[in-house]
Amino acid sequence: MLTYIDKIRQIAEGFLKEGTVDMVIGFRRGTLPLMNEPCLIKRPEDVKKLVWDSNCGINLANYLTNRKEKIGIVAKGCDSRNIVNHIIENKIKREQLFIIGVPCKGMIDRHAIEALFPSEIEEVVEDESRIVVTGGGVEQIWSKAEVLQENCTICIHRNPVVYDELVADLVVEQKDVDRYEDIRRIEGISPEEKRDYFNDLLSSCIRCYACRNACPLCYCPTCFVDASRPQWVGKSQDPTDIETFHFLRAFHCAGRCTDCGACERACPMGIKVRVLTKKLEKDCLELFDWETGMDVEKRAPLRTYSPDDPDDMIR
Amino acid sequence: MKCVKIDKKLFAGGIERLQTSYRLFGPVKDNNFHDFQALHVGETPDPTMLNTRLSPKSIVYPQSELMFEYSLDDSKKDSHILKEIVADNSPRVVIGIRPCDAKAFLLVQHNFDTLEYKDPYWVRAYEATTFVGLACNTPCSTCFCTTAGSGPFHEAGSDVLLVDTGDYYVAKIITPKGENLFKLAGWEEEAGSDNAAGEIENLKQAAEARITTRVNTDKLREKRTTDLFDASFWEEFAFSCINCGTCTYVCPTCWCFDIQDEVSKTAGVRMRNWDSCMYPLFTYHGSGHNPRDNKTKRLRQRFMHKLKYYVDKYEKGIQCVGCGRCIRFCPVNIDIRKLCEAMNNFEPAQKSI
Repeated sequence: MLTYIDKIRQIAEGFLKEGTVDMVIGFRRGTLPLMNEPCLIKRPEDVKKLVWDSNCGINLANYLTNRKEKIGIVAKGCDSRNIVNHIIENKIKREQLFIIGVPCKGMIDRHAIEALFPSEIEEVVEDESRIVVTGGGVEQIWSKAEVLQENCTICIHRNPVVYDELVADLVVEQKDVDRYEDIRRIEGISPEEKRDYFNDLLSSCIRCYACRNACPLCYCPTCFVDASRPQWVGKSQDPTDIETFHFLRAFHCAGRCTDCGACERACPMGIKVRVLTKKLEKDCLELFDWETGMDVEKRAPLRTYSPDDPDDMIR
Repeated sequence: MKCVKIDKKLFAGGIERLQTSYRLFGPVKDNNFHDFQALHVGETPDPTMLNTRLSPKSIVYPQSELMFEYSLDDSKKDSHILKEIVADNSPRVVIGIRPCDAKAFLLVQHNFDTLEYKDPYWVRAYEATTFVGLACNTPCSTCFCTTAGSGPFHEAGSDVLLVDTGDYYVAKIITPKGENLFKLAGWEEEAGSDNAAGEIENLKQAAEARITTRVNTDKLREKRTTDLFDASFWEEFAFSCINCGTCTYVCPTCWCFDIQDEVSKTAGVRMRNWDSCMYPLFTYHGSGHNPRDNKTKRLRQRFMHKLKYYVDKYEKGIQCVGCGRCIRFCPVNIDIRKLCEAMNNFEPAQKSI
């Protein structure tokens, strides 16, 4: 995956020089180990700033919403599925986009490494299969597979589903992945245990809304928690208000979430918010045979009316 | 200045003695991160922490704080009368606060405790608190305290500063509050002041040498506010910003709040909650107009406040102590050091048309 960058730069430079696009959205090197920063490149000579490695976990589709320009965008599997979802939901037009498809092998879970490493991380060097972390006189080596974001370990769509150029051959998709082991476990516990589980899950939330704001789906002009006329949700640290935010946000993502993991990556408190969105993803798969963002022609189940709907309530 | 030596074996005993006179708060590790929590009997601050994830500001200035209660039940004599909710302002001690965070309270004080205005909630809580600082022997790569008006061994804001010298803490007693606390803890073995001072100085120099990043703030004061406001770099810095409140909520010097009423049937409370200039609602007018209607304007406000308006208004330097939390926890790696550099170096010739 580290070899992709030359190709990404070459394609981006070509697009910008030819005037195919007004700008390219990609990643540039961050100021900290394990952090790259989303960036906007407008001049061909700036494409050298673009980087690609296993620290590109932020979902770039989030930066497309309502833009009017012609845009080149670097897209791994999940980004591409969110781009499809954006197209379906009229947040961007396919004709505006020149998608630089990146077959992905998974992104590193920076929170996990920070927790595992005994000192402050000073430097991280990765090759195709391993990462070497150093800091405080300590060196530790992990195979990448051990330290991927959890959503990447269970990802079954690593390849972009829509693209104009591809930076490398498609990767082999992971097969026989059990995506819902944790969800089934939660489904199986009693209502009281669920109550306790969710209370505990969300107890450290500081309401910074990083999960929501890192999410490409959360583009409402005014989020329901920010509405003030009327105000739907209290603003304090009351657990009921915090849970209302997380549960309703998850429901709002039903049939739209690609499990890109940007929410968990963004959360400063390390809250596993994906269990909420994954439950709804599982329901959509089981009830409607639906996977998000696989086809620009298909509308999401909750936006579809069918006279043959098996549910009486709808008919 | 009096220096006291505490054998680490006697540290827990002293802390236990303090439990009868104070509510104790200290850094505790929970879910991979350290945060300040109330220390229960038998608990001591975790000495392995570099710094806490959230700043200790919430010990004086909680994220949600009840101010008043009232009843809307007209059958009651005191309906519609705001009644103050008195918080527990019994003496408390924050043990193990880093010098940057202790200094941060002094910056916040310029807002909450002035000759003109006194915020009674903040002032009462602050006055009830004794701060036992813990000097930083191992600053992080994101620390830039030495160029942000603080330092790993900075004393301002602490009532006592502990220095970890291996088997012992050497404590510099800075204020009478600190002296009183040490008496109650039974830590009274005087350290030979020459030896202690030398030992502290060596550790201080070693710690300061570990701080490799800096900010230059020398030219911020002389810049014209309108030039900086119209600078061309804001768009570029704001591109990646997702406008979450992480930077403001982990920051030890962000002080903004919002006052809300919540009513359940006829029982109402008035409270204040932390607010963030990153949020659209922060400046949303009753008319429906929002003067900061996009993320670039909101990001600009945060950095202009910290690095320009505060500098001009109080003439006490920047509203930042260099703790580096906003850098470490920003989901997209927006780095205040880069912003500060851009602002400090900005020349209006670069101004966009």
